[in-house]
Formats: sequence, structure tokens, C-alpha cells
Amino acid sequence: MADLSVKICGIDFKNPIIPASGVFGYGHEYEELFPLEKLGGIATKGTTLHRRTGNIAPRIAETPSGMLNSVGLQNPGIDHFIDKELPYLLGKNLVILANIAGSTTEECVQVAEKLENTDVHMIELNISCPNVKHGGAAFGTSCDLAAEVTKQVRKATSKPLIVKLSPNVTSIAEIAKAVESEGADAVSLINTLLGMRININTGRPILHNNVGGLSGPAVFPVAVRMVWQVANAVNIPVIGMGGVSSGKDAIELMMAGASAVQVGAAIFTDPYAPIKIIDEMNEFLDSKNISSVRDIIGSVKPW
Amino acid sequence: MKYKQGNYIILNKSAIAREIYSFEILCPEIAEIASAGQFVHIRAEGFTLRRPISICGIDKNKGTLRIVFEVRGEGTEKISQLNKGDTIDMLAPLGHGFTVNDEFKKVVLIGGGIGTPPMLPLAEIYREKSVVISGFRNAYAVILQDDFKNTGAETILCTDDGSAGIHGFVTQPFEELAKNSGIDAVYACGPMPMLKNISKICKDNNIFCEISLEERMACGIGACLGCACCTVRNDEEYFAHVCKDGPVFNAEEVIW
Ligand SMILES: Cc1cc2nc3c(=O)[nH]c(=O)nc-3n(C[C@H](O)[C@H](O)[C@H](O)COP(=O)(O)O)c2cc1C
Repeated sequence: MADLSVKICGIDFKNPIIPASGVFGYGHEYEELFPLEKLGGIATKGTTLHRRTGNIAPRIAETPSGMLNSVGLQNPGIDHFIDKELPYLLGKNLVILANIAGSTTEECVQVAEKLENTDVHMIELNISCPNVKHGGAAFGTSCDLAAEVTKQVRKATSKPLIVKLSPNVTSIAEIAKAVESEGADAVSLINTLLGMRININTGRPILHNNVGGLSGPAVFPVAVRMVWQVANAVNIPVIGMGGVSSGKDAIELMMAGASAVQVGAAIFTDPYAPIKIIDEMNEFLDSKNISSVRDIIGSVKPW
Repeated sequence: MKYKQGNYIILNKSAIAREIYSFEILCPEIAEIASAGQFVHIRAEGFTLRRPISICGIDKNKGTLRIVFEVRGEGTEKISQLNKGDTIDMLAPLGHGFTVNDEFKKVVLIGGGIGTPPMLPLAEIYREKSVVISGFRNAYAVILQDDFKNTGAETILCTDDGSAGIHGFVTQPFEELAKNSGIDAVYACGPMPMLKNISKICKDNNIFCEISLEERMACGIGACLGCACCTVRNDEEYFAHVCKDGPVFNAEEVIW
């Protein structure tokens, strides 16, 4: 049994596997299949100041080795999260990453302020949702805006602040440096890559929103590359995600520099994916006689 | 909600019409808790998303489920290549099914095309009390008529081109029936325009009506919010999710 525990921004995770924001709701649905306690943490559904209804359906499309989504940040609002969801999750012995978003810097600040007096462990500020017209995609694609929203949210919270980055940029390392300089305690990446599918029989895009975010195994090599570039550019921890569907994928992303790994679309293919990934990581480490998963973080030996 | 995921053995496979397959699957733990109107979420090897397929038969004694599905794209094509003796990966039973009421004396079950299979478990329950109206493109696409007759239900068959049964849509015979009072409930599944018309007829005639909707979905259990459907609940607009709040909705809740 290898030691799978990791520490990020002073917070202890029993293992590095975290269901990604948006695929796991607030945990109830998957709890029917396995105890949440088995997970290192959970990144909760992106939550905004007020309730949002999201985009018109269809919101989901299959793609080669992946999928598109345009859910559009549907969520019940931060007050509901704090009153109805958080107390339950806090009793579950795993790290809660409250994923938050907003249309404006002010909204992000207000949401973070509301979480300040709760026992949530970490805040994951999503500056990269590609699916809403004013959902923060703009923050995530400009160094100045990313720095500004980080700076303001930083002032509003004493909790460890993870900034979730968009891959839809020319240089993700530059954005990472910008948010680090304004006080981000960690970065997580990648959010989805903007994509599109068209039904060639009708000439209509499959998604009603026309475009949506690509995730799943198809994006994995992009995620590995970006995690590696960001890990080399900043001195804060990197939480990696994007297309991870096996323990080997998780190991690879950690070698590239990730201190923990989130799992998204893979859960739709196999609802037990996070649990299997934890077991497979353990098997891999044991087979290589590596005693702690921490030893592989950033251990890639580039040519 | 209770559901399980696992690999289950296909006991029987048959092609019951062009590109339409029927599987009988041994899954006692799922059959035990499944009810009419629910669906199974099937993994198609090599694809990221599972495919939701409605339940067409529940045999709690044998511990089996029956599904009938049409090959519509690459995912369902992959599933259709499974054979008797193979295992099938299912997450099931999912969703909110039909409301069944022992006091109903007469119910009408309406299926359009591949929306017909989920009506069979209801016919098994209501038997002689049910009238099944099913509509298909043409005679080659007709399925399940004997299965319905075997339950004791009265069947009315329609085809778009008149090559079998009544020439026309299911709404025509239904409208006739709806006018003669005495229908306690209508249950329907099929294309949206059909469901919309049936809902209207039921509303006009003050008949309880439940419809089963379809939407592209990912998780299947209400976590990802992918399969949104606009509904009204307690006079408030509510973005329901077909996988968890549905697939069966009261027709009056749905905003068309
Ligand atoms: C249906 C769906 C909904 C998502 N919703 C959110 C969200 O609300 N907030 C967020 O930061 N990321 C959201 N994401 C992005 C994921 O958290 C993750 O960054 C991305 O999917 C890449 O990981 P994957 O390839 O493992 O899915 C969503 C992804 C999917 C598939």
C-alpha cells in the first residue's frame, strides 16, 4: 500500500483524486454508488451569487474520445450551497473545493465573501467557463483581467485560493504567473477547450449554444502539456485535470507537475472511475516500489 | 433513488424490425427495483457517453429486464453488436417512472416509433384496462404488437403511409377515444410534436397525462445537469433534468 496522501496549501488530502467541478454535482448522486469518503476531495458544481438556469438543451454532444458540454453554469446560487449542500458535505471527511464563478469581478468577490465564514476548505475560482456569455471566459483569457479578479477575490478570502485556468489561450503559463503574482495559492487546469459539432443532416449545431467545452480523453495530451508548462512557470501547486480516465493517466499528469488530479468526463463513462483510478495509482506505485505518490510529482525528466 | 452499475449477461438477442433490436438481460438486482418508465444507461465500448435506453420489460421472478432499441448512431450501433452470452455494462434503473394507480379503470398507452417499447411494462400492469395506440413510419417498422395483445390490452395500430393499420398519426384515433369520456389516464412516449398534440388533447379533455421525454444526457443520474428541460412546478419555471426528474413528466409541467 503506497502512501497516496498529498498536501496542498496546507490542506491534507488522503489521496490526490478529486471529481472535477460540474460532473459530480454536490455528491449525492454518486454516493448511491460509493462512499464519498473514499475520495481525496470534491470540487463542487460552479456556483454563482444567484441561481442560474443555464443554457437551453441540447447541452451535451459526443465527440471522438470525448464530449462537448454547454451546461452554462446552471446552479442554485451560493446561499443554497452554503445552507443546503455544504453542511452535509463537511461531514464526509474529504476536502471540499468550492468552485465559484461570476460574470463580474464584483460577483466573484461577493461569492467568496459569503464563503468566508463557512468551513469550506478551499475556494476554486473558475475564471474560465467557456459556456456562458458573461461567465468569466474573458477573465481567463487576459493576463490583466485574470490578475485583477484574483487580486480582488484574494482580498475577500482568507481561505486557500485556487484559480482555475482556461486552456483557450496562447500562453497558459503567462496567465498562471499573472494569478500567482496577485496571490493565488494554487492553480487548477485545464478547463474545457472550446469546440463545436454540427449535425450534417440538418445543418444545425448539436449544441443549442452552438459551441461548448470539450473534455474527456481527447484533451488529455493537451492537459499534460499545459500542466507541465505551468508547473515549470510558477512556484505554487498545480492541480491537474483534463481527460484523465485511468490511474496511469493520473500518474502521468502528476509526473508533469500536478500535486493532485481532478476527474471529469471519465465519470460519465464509468461512474466508479475515481475509485478505480485511486486503486490503479496504488498498484502502479507498489509495482515500482515507490513509497509515496508525492515522490512522482513533477518527476518527469524532460529531454 | 436506487441504482447500480455492473456488467450483466445478455440472455437473448433478436432483431425485431429493421435496425431494431431486443435484448433480454439477466440483472436480478436491477430488475428487483426497476419500474415502468425508467431507463438503463448503457456503455458503448469506445465511447465517452453512455446511451439511455428505456426499459421495455421487467420480469422480477426471472430477474431480467428487456430493452428494445433502434440503431440511431455509432453508439447504438456498437451496442447492437453485442450478442447473446456477452455482458452489457449498465447503470440502472434510472429516472422517475410512470405513476401507476390501481384505481384507474381505463388507460390509453400511446407510443410513436421507438417510443413504443416503454409502454409495454404499463400494458403488463393495466392489461385489459388498457388501449395501446402505436404509430410507425410503415409496416416494416412495426414492433411489439403481439406483446401488447398478449397482455390483454386492446391495440390500435397506425402507420404514416398506411401500409399497416390506420393510415395516419396516433393522434387521430386518440382524439376519438378522448372525446368519449371514461379515460382515467394517458401515458405517451414518442416524437415531440406527437407528445405536444397528445398533451393538448388531454388538457382540453381534462385527462391525467404523463409523457416520457428524451434528451442528450451525460451522467444519467442528475449530477451534471446536461439534460435540461423547461418545466413549471408550483407555478415557478423550473429547469428540470430528464434523467432524474424525468424521463416521465406530468404533461402539464412541460413548457413546449
Ligand atoms: C458537464 C460538465 C460541466 C462542467 N461544469 C464546470 C463548472 O461548473 N465549473 C468548472 O470550473 N468546470 C466545469 N467543467 C469542467 C471540468 O471541471 C473539467 O475542467 C474539464 O471537464 C476537463 O476535465 P475532464 O476532461 O476530465 O472532463 C465541466 C465539465 C463538464 C463535462
